[in-house]
Amino acid sequence: MADTRRPLSPHLQVYKWQVQMMTSILHRATGIVLALGSAIIAWGLMALAGGHDSFSAFKACAGSPLGLLILFGWTWAFGYHLCNGIRHLVQDTGAGYSIPQFVRSSWLSVIGSLVITLLVWAYVLTSGGAA
Amino acid sequence: MSANDLRHPIKRARGLGSAQSGVGHWWTQRVTAVALIALGLWFLVMVLRLAHSDYETARAVVAKPWNAILLIAFMLTMFWHAVLGLQVVIEDYVHTRWKEVSLLVLVKFLAVLGALVGVLAVLRVALGA
Repeated sequence: MADTRRPLSPHLQVYKWQVQMMTSILHRATGIVLALGSAIIAWGLMALAGGHDSFSAFKACAGSPLGLLILFGWTWAFGYHLCNGIRHLVQDTGAGYSIPQFVRSSWLSVIGSLVITLLVWAYVLTSGGAA
Repeated sequence: MSANDLRHPIKRARGLGSAQSGVGHWWTQRVTAVALIALGLWFLVMVLRLAHSDYETARAVVAKPWNAILLIAFMLTMFWHAVLGLQVVIEDYVHTRWKEVSLLVLVKFLAVLGALVGVLAVLRVALGA
């Protein structure tokens, strides 16, 4: 892996699990997921510009079981990155750095992401089904 | 600046710091993040309202001038923000220099392509071409 001979700092497994670790890792992970998702948005727009057939093909992919699973995970990744991103912007001002505040805002990001996912899919299901 | 600071004043004036790149990356990531709070939520609402509509409706909605403008703004901001974020991830975890540089360039190429695809598609719909 590394082509350097520098000593390495202690890695993750030596630390006790904390919610702040998870929120930090998830922020990166969901960021990568959303970057991949941006390609799907570009694909969808291209399908829309391409005409009836290409758009139907896109909708069929999105409405397939795998497509819906991806859309569901994508919704959560969006909700999480949004909530935790706002949390990081607040922290950029210097606020919320005491340990209890840090733990509380971590959980707020997690709960907020679940609420957003739930609201979005409740709307999708009540407004005419998932497919 | 303290009296015993041995650095030349031009070093402070340039504002580039020890990494030689200044705060440009950090600041742009924050500015695009703020823009994406609004644009991302707007996009989500638009997609949800279109989720069960037919092709003609979807096309007509995207073709509305303000929707087309905001969509283009969304695509450009999103890919820009994605490049800045992926860049940090690659710099942190890819420790072999040639792989790191190759990935950084590849990500930029793909992001520019994605943004161009999105913008051209929106323009085609908006201008009816």
